[in-house]
Amino acid sequence: MRRASVALLLCCVVLAAQDPAEATRKPVTTPEDLAAGERIYRIQCAYCHGTQGEGGRGATLARPRLLHAPDDQAMFQAIARGIPDSEMPGHWFTAREIWQVVAFVRTLGRLAPQKISGDPASGEKLYAGKGGCARCHTVGGRGGAIGPDLSDIGARRSVNYLREALLKPESAVPADFLQVEVAARGGVRITGVRLNEDAFSIQIRDLSGRFRSFWKSELAELNKQRGKSPMPSYQGFLTAAELDDVIAYLDSQRGAQ
Amino acid sequence: MRTLWLAVALATHAPGQVPYERILKSAAQPENWLTYSGNYQAHRYSTLDQITRANVHQLKVAWMYQIRAHHKVETSPLVFDGIMYISEPPSDVTALDLRTGRPIWSYRRSMPAVPVCCGQVNRGVAALDDQLFVGTLDAHLVALDLKTGRVRWDAKVADYKSANSITLAPLAVKDKIIVGIAGAEYGIRGFLDAYDARTGKRVWRFWTVPGPGEPGHETWPGDSWKTGGAPTWVTGSYDAESNLLYWGTGNPGPDFSGDGRKGDNLYSDCLLALDADTGKLRWHFQFIPHDVNDIDANEIPVLVDAMFRGQPRKLVLFANRNGFYYILDRLRGEFLYAKQFATQTWAKGIDGKGRPIPNPASAPSPEGSPVYPDDDGAANWYSPSYSPQTGLFYQNAREQGAIYYLTEAPYEPGKRFTGASRRPIPGEEPWGALRALDAMTGERKWEFRLQTPPWSGVLSTAGGVVFSGDMQGNFFALDAVDGKLLWRLQTGGGIWANPITYMSEGKQYVAIAAGSAIIVLSVDQ
Repeated sequence: MRRASVALLLCCVVLAAQDPAEATRKPVTTPEDLAAGERIYRIQCAYCHGTQGEGGRGATLARPRLLHAPDDQAMFQAIARGIPDSEMPGHWFTAREIWQVVAFVRTLGRLAPQKISGDPASGEKLYAGKGGCARCHTVGGRGGAIGPDLSDIGARRSVNYLREALLKPESAVPADFLQVEVAARGGVRITGVRLNEDAFSIQIRDLSGRFRSFWKSELAELNKQRGKSPMPSYQGFLTAAELDDVIAYLDSQRGAQ
Repeated sequence: MRTLWLAVALATHAPGQVPYERILKSAAQPENWLTYSGNYQAHRYSTLDQITRANVHQLKVAWMYQIRAHHKVETSPLVFDGIMYISEPPSDVTALDLRTGRPIWSYRRSMPAVPVCCGQVNRGVAALDDQLFVGTLDAHLVALDLKTGRVRWDAKVADYKSANSITLAPLAVKDKIIVGIAGAEYGIRGFLDAYDARTGKRVWRFWTVPGPGEPGHETWPGDSWKTGGAPTWVTGSYDAESNLLYWGTGNPGPDFSGDGRKGDNLYSDCLLALDADTGKLRWHFQFIPHDVNDIDANEIPVLVDAMFRGQPRKLVLFANRNGFYYILDRLRGEFLYAKQFATQTWAKGIDGKGRPIPNPASAPSPEGSPVYPDDDGAANWYSPSYSPQTGLFYQNAREQGAIYYLTEAPYEPGKRFTGASRRPIPGEEPWGALRALDAMTGERKWEFRLQTPPWSGVLSTAGGVVFSGDMQGNFFALDAVDGKLLWRLQTGGGIWANPITYMSEGKQYVAIAAGSAIIVLSVDQ
């Protein structure tokens, strides 16, 4: 009995945040809760995840679906218990505090809807046809592999961002995207996108989509073209109306629901 | 009859396999690795010379052991008498047969949810007499039977609910086990402890944040000392001649917000010299008074007797996370020299007494302040290596900055207490390098560039080889003299650990933890 009491006490004190009743309670979403969640987030989470959920040492949270938190219950558990095989620790918040943080984190993944004048159906035709976007980008599992997967780009990026990316591609190069140019000994020059690199080797996908791997000792030159992008600007190539249509199409890409 | 009685008496009172004297004379038995850094001076250097710069390219995997837990493996193994002893995350211990790599026994500890800043890690065990010692994430020190792994005693060191945790390998000195504490990201009050190895009773405690009436308390306004941090989570070194322990301390709390703790905040960011018998402070040297960048001085103090500026000196060498390499007199704590070994912007320089000239622009601010290095430091817990053969100090350096945004830091037990959020510096691609410094001048002799900032320690040997690893899973060997690459192995998992070397059945081996595996390598003769 004594052991049972001790165990019960431990559950209450140590694992309050994991009490099943608390953990399955409907998430709180009042403005006060969101403000409290934001305050906790700013102090306790932003250090790793960034003040806007943009990520850093921790995962990017400003996106609609999170690998370790596909639903609110999972996010609750990830915050309470931490995530194995990562630096995400468990937290000693109360269940209410965790729900407040969950509610706030979900707001990071929801970008405010912006008004779009274009026609998505027309945009889809331009995307596949005149724009040539599918040569490099994937939507719904189809398309090229040079550029980022756009299947959920509408959920991850704002309309303003998409417009900027189409007009000035090099202003919107993702942080993990690096264009490289290598010159193999023997003179062959290849431009591509870096897939991986260590001190001794580099793996790239060339602009035809072909995978290439080099020992650095085989290379005469390795130029990292940070901020460069193989994507052309659509300024002047698409009309203003066509641009709106493509943006409307991209905005409609919200990933598998 | 008398002979039999003597045999029984010896069996009862024999000091066991690893008496203190055996660790003290580790240089006489390079076939073993008896303490965390290889010797009390923390050289992580071996006189073994079977693996050489000429044959290291033939290095091959002898065996591997896969750890079940999915956490970073930071263990530095101990090896003696045919057995390797490793810790496994979070706080387990396994004995492995050196010949086959097969486990002999394991100690598995049930672990509550402990708040820790940087992963459920453990860096190794200590051995003394017939026992093995492991510090646990839930802040206990446990003595295990060397032969069976069964618990001899289990001592509570501190309360894990307020985020005290133990990640370091303890240090066995004479009849005591020295153990430090982690948790300065959660507002603990730091200390260094010594326990009686036989009974588990605490012999002394040195509070690294002095309480009321103690010298140094005046450097903490109000109650700020109660959450002052100054943790001791990296294994120190020991000088038997002076009977002094050398131990680094970490950041003051809250890490980035200094307004509530105006003053020097002793003994945070210090190197401490403590009497090993009593825990009394002999001297301290504070690298960063009133640190607001979470830089820490949790690194390995390396003890060297050498000619310095024409005089024979007893020195302590210290490659600090703050980007400077320091040389101090280890008997008096006198500052002798500092030289920058990695990018730093937190200080405008170091004055003649070793006190830094702070750069106010690097202090965290509400609008964000960039600083080099970031709070992971230009160095960190991972070990450097000092080679008496080359006179070089091998240090993995991290080249990474960050921007810090000041936030509130209300204290609640067991919750983060840092006072800032952080973002990467836009466009920066952090990198690293293994650097060879002239131990007496800090001058860089060579560097071997790494793709990203490393978390691997360094081992150097009398075979003229330096071993280390990187975050991309490469374990590699360099020429100790010129840094040329001699050999590499892609292990498939990032290396967050210190290499060691030993002999078994007449053959030299090198061991490293990579990913979730312990990998043991040798050269066929």
